[in-house]
Amino acid sequence: MAEDIKQKLEKYRTAPFDARFPNQNQTRNCWQNYLDYHRCQKALDAKGVDTAPCDWYKRVFNSLCPLSWIEKWDTQREDGTFPGKI
Amino acid sequence: MAHPTQLGFQDAASPVMEELLHFHDHALMIVLLISTLVLYIITAMVSTKLTNKYILDSQEIEIVWTILPAVILVLIALPSLRILYLMDEINDPHLTIKAMGHQWYWSYEYTDYENLGFDSYMVPTQDLAPGQFRLLETDHRMIVPMESPVRVLVSAEDVLHSWAVPSLGVKMDAVPGRLNQTAFIASRPGVFYGQCSEICGANHSFMPIVVEAVPLEHFENWSSLMLEDA
Repeated sequence: MAEDIKQKLEKYRTAPFDARFPNQNQTRNCWQNYLDYHRCQKALDAKGVDTAPCDWYKRVFNSLCPLSWIEKWDTQREDGTFPGKI
Repeated sequence: MAHPTQLGFQDAASPVMEELLHFHDHALMIVLLISTLVLYIITAMVSTKLTNKYILDSQEIEIVWTILPAVILVLIALPSLRILYLMDEINDPHLTIKAMGHQWYWSYEYTDYENLGFDSYMVPTQDLAPGQFRLLETDHRMIVPMESPVRVLVSAEDVLHSWAVPSLGVKMDAVPGRLNQTAFIASRPGVFYGQCSEICGANHSFMPIVVEAVPLEHFENWSSLMLEDA
């Protein structure tokens, strides 16, 4: 499993087509991957397991989300005002 | 880019734009033929001295001039739908670039690997070098590898803008808080110009877009250089 993730990450070019978000509006795609990364980090940290699988979500939201959105959300998480549930 | 006294589209730089161009030629030809025919009939009717008050109806011609327009419409609709679905195909991009609209400049972010971001301001007219295009040149161009599917995610940081490059057949509204996806393939190396296409304030006409398609190695060299400079 960990090997597969590593291979996937090595071959990563850009965020692939995601059938959950097939249309023009990709806002939710960016948001969902940002949430999934932080939820994955939190869950795997709680279990004390290697968080490498979470890196996929990180690569995807870094590809898709504007830098200003990521900065804003990171600040909100630090301040405790982040609107999503992590 | 556009040139003075231009009548048609700019030369296509992507396969989709080529299709759009050919379809437009096809539809326009049909429209011109029908208009010429109608105009001819009008002038013929108006200028004839012959009259006939006794024609009441005629099944044959009614059938012909019902079926024929239906056939013509089908001949227009089929290529139109083909292109519509072609543009909606699921593509597998090699690269994602974010184009963010600001008042009054574009910024481009290439974040698949490292965080490369830069602003792209119009070159003021008094600073143009000889041979450069007024109101179209920018200090930094959006460089893309040629013949590669590129995904562009368009958004805005303040008001509505629109990211358009006619020769690539691309126009996408930049809406604050929304991420709009479009894609293109640059079929040939070159420099392709566009302008902001949604009114956004005083300098709406002065925030152009320049896309430069280059071979992959040049793209890689350019992105390394840009990252070093940053």
